[in-house]
Amino acid sequence: MEKILVGLKRAIDYNVRVRVKNDGSGVETDGVKMSINPFDEIALEEALRIKDRGDASEVIVMSIGTDAAQQQLRTGLAMGADRAILVDAVDSIDPLSRARVFQEIVNREGVELVILGKQAIDDDNSQIGQMLAAIWGRPQATFASKIELNGNTARVTREVDAGLELVDVDLPAVISVDLRLNEPRYVKLPDIMKAKKKPLDQIPIADLGIESSSIIEDSHFEPPAARQKGIIVDDVAGLVSALTEKGLL
Amino acid sequence: MAKVLIVAEHDGAVLNPSTAKCVACATAIAGTEIDVAVLAASAAAVASDAAKLDSVARILTVENAANEYALSAILAPQVVALADGYDYIFGPSTTFGKDLMPRVAALLGLNQISDIMSVEGSHTFKRPIYAGNAIVTVTAPTGKPVVATVRTASWQAVDATNSAPVESADIAVDIPSHTRLVSVESGQSDRPDLQTASTVVSGGRALASSENFDIIFALADKLGAAVGASRAAVDAGYVPNEMQVGQTGKIIAPDLYFAIGISGAIQHLTGIKDAGTIVAINKDEEAPIFEVADIGLVADLFKALPELTNAL
Ligand SMILES: Cc1cc2nc3c(=O)[nH]c(=O)nc-3n(C[C@H](O)[C@H](O)[C@H](O)COP(=O)(O)OP(=O)(O)OC[C@H]3O[C@@H](n4cnc5c(N)ncnc54)[C@H](O)[C@@H]3O)c2cc1C
Repeated sequence: MEKILVGLKRAIDYNVRVRVKNDGSGVETDGVKMSINPFDEIALEEALRIKDRGDASEVIVMSIGTDAAQQQLRTGLAMGADRAILVDAVDSIDPLSRARVFQEIVNREGVELVILGKQAIDDDNSQIGQMLAAIWGRPQATFASKIELNGNTARVTREVDAGLELVDVDLPAVISVDLRLNEPRYVKLPDIMKAKKKPLDQIPIADLGIESSSIIEDSHFEPPAARQKGIIVDDVAGLVSALTEKGLL
Repeated sequence: MAKVLIVAEHDGAVLNPSTAKCVACATAIAGTEIDVAVLAASAAAVASDAAKLDSVARILTVENAANEYALSAILAPQVVALADGYDYIFGPSTTFGKDLMPRVAALLGLNQISDIMSVEGSHTFKRPIYAGNAIVTVTAPTGKPVVATVRTASWQAVDATNSAPVESADIAVDIPSHTRLVSVESGQSDRPDLQTASTVVSGGRALASSENFDIIFALADKLGAAVGASRAAVDAGYVPNEMQVGQTGKIIAPDLYFAIGISGAIQHLTGIKDAGTIVAINKDEEAPIFEVADIGLVADLFKALPELTNAL
């Protein structure tokens, strides 16, 4: 196949303990480490492996967001992507509009396979892959833990509540990936230097004919209800009596 | 009267308990009439399960050989065909609903709300973000249907004392052939189901092998409990993926949860936030799991666990 498109979302690093701002207007992002959403890194790794095997000729990474997302795209280029596209939009752009942006880029580029993370660890929505597949009228294979390409179809192992599901999807298709698919490569210093020369195109969202509106409104943020601190028992006998006291045995 | 359509989750034979939780969420919206859609190859058994759910007005069945197994590309256009006239279209936030509902929403040209944990008004809901480290209040536009998934761990299943009428719905849609099921592999066990069990015993990386997991299973058997695991234990291949609890595994709400040799990473904790009582056994007294545990025991699990199993 010619082109694989991978989405890279800029998100708060998964090691950061996220805190809600005191005024409830959002979460604290000042001075907080930002990274590629971990699922998206796995998506990119998979695309690169497909290309390395000779099953694709180009891997394009794209992000939808502000200039700051250039940083994540550069990391993607350093990992091995051939070029990057940044669609300029407000970070709060809604999922359906994001899916429409992907659809526009898919059309412009003639992409045959889109690989995305199964969810972003900021909004935890898990929607874009499914929405893109819907408006594109193509198959979706979400939560993938294994991908095998056989000509014009992909055999995808999906991690579902019941266990593992195997589906065949005809290409073009959208695949969203789970954590166990692969282990992303580390970026080496020379690759970072090389990545600086790779093309990174910026496209204003208005040029795609999509209005970047927030259709579902996030009105208020609050921390989760805290659990009360419990007790420490000395031994197994203490544990059994504590459970018995609570009427749990 | 606002009309709600709930897409039933099932395996072709039995209704999944997640559906009764979606009904519970729908009843939290004032003045609703609730229908449940059963899309199946043959719907009778599942429809009769669904008809028992309290507060349900009627069951709509769509029978089609293509519905033998739930594939979203096949189900979504059928749900869209049924959706006409409904104000809310809900599915569970299980892998079934997470896969299906965004596809339904996009076909309808709508956004979707993921993981409703509470209803604050006719179009206002709370949902968790950042692995449950923040709760956001979201408002969907009025005058358009609300498509959403319901966070099952936040809702108590409605009772099953009803006998709602079952009707077959007549819809004509093109079913795509671009997505085909090959097989499903599941570690079918006669143990209680992880998502609905009242007691769950989970093991972590500390178990160190799949043989060692036997001591987790032994305790679970004594307690009539389901067995879960941390991602580290699944990644290492000690147990299969369907046992993973957490942000990217199952979100559960048992009355009693045992975290054995699990450190308590935020991604794991988000899966057990709604558990009644959390018991932690860990040899490291500094392990973050002790910050959320109701009862903690600092001990070597290989010593403490057999002792506990014997004491019960
Ligand atoms: C995007 C993302 C999503 C994730 N999703 C999930 C998820 O859904 N679920 C999940 O669980 N994780 C998830 N993780 C991984 C998570 O961050 C942790 O790495 C994982 O939960 C650790 O598993 P663990 O507690 O078993 O292992 P560890 O963190 O290694 O902890 C092992 C614990 O065992 C204790 N121990 C060791 N030996 C003994 C002994 N003999 N007796 C008693 N205690 C002992 C140690 O003190 C330690 O606390 C995710 C991570 C990312 C980045």
